[in-house]
Amino acid sequence: MRRGRLSGTKLLGIVAAGVMFAAAPAYADSLLPPAEYANRQLPDPAQEAQAKALMETVRCLVCKGQAIADSDAEMAGDMRSLIRSRIAAGESPEEIRAWLISRYGDWVTYDPRFSWATAPLWLAPVLLVLLGLWLARGRFKRRRG
Amino acid sequence: MKRRAIFWVPLAVAASILLGVFAAPLFWAQVRPIESALIGQPVPDFDLPPGLAGRPGLSSLSLRRGEPHVVNIFASWCLPCRVEAPQLEALKRRGIPIDGIAVRDRPEDLARFLAAYGDPFRTIGADTDRRVQIELGSAGVPETFVIDGRGIIRHQHIGAITPGDMATIVAAYEAAR
Repeated sequence: MRRGRLSGTKLLGIVAAGVMFAAAPAYADSLLPPAEYANRQLPDPAQEAQAKALMETVRCLVCKGQAIADSDAEMAGDMRSLIRSRIAAGESPEEIRAWLISRYGDWVTYDPRFSWATAPLWLAPVLLVLLGLWLARGRFKRRRG
Repeated sequence: MKRRAIFWVPLAVAASILLGVFAAPLFWAQVRPIESALIGQPVPDFDLPPGLAGRPGLSSLSLRRGEPHVVNIFASWCLPCRVEAPQLEALKRRGIPIDGIAVRDRPEDLARFLAAYGDPFRTIGADTDRRVQIELGSAGVPETFVIDGRGIIRHQHIGAITPGDMATIVAAYEAAR
């Protein structure tokens, strides 16, 4: 009985370790200090606001499920620095977003473009409301008749 | 009885949509590596200074000169890079030169890393601020790109190259000729 329970615990441990390894991205940090604009704002508040808005809608590549604005990962810091210096150099946030998408695909943005793959995101709610109206219309008719 | 069964059908359909369309991709997103969107595209322009004294750096110009290249993105602080070091050595022994991009590294750490785990690199470009890694659509270290003679990215390997991955890398290199 005891032996069986032990092996059960072990199995659970192995499964837990497997899940942890599968879920935790293997990233480490370098020995270099954070990039120049990783944690420093741009001197121009308007530019900083643009950069901040963009950073809140760009996905962190190593943490996932987090925007680079919220992440402490070194790579997220490098991406923040890159975005701030590009904004300071006069690029528009949407140009930078398009550039990131051309490197990492739609995955990298939390504000997806309209395309065949993303069409259901925008069209499904409209279709569902129309379907609902159509169903409700049937009920109203029955009540009247 | 039959009517009762039919009553459960919409619930079953809704549950399978919820799990299959929404929940499962959430889980896959955790384990799926992020591929570069540049496969099949020309390698972007870059020019990296040498990461190590006496070793040439790496520029995109040198990747468009007719012969294929294996470009390995690595770092001395990256643990899986130690795991793939013997495989890079083996590629070099097969006559496949390795061009390196060292991410966020210092020359003294690089020298120590290469002395400990082997040095298969023909060139080492220093990507100190990670700009070139991001430019290539790479999301971590190590990653390996196979680039053909016209400078088109043909293959991306994400993570350490294991002995089992060797055939794929060699085939991609041969196909890029």
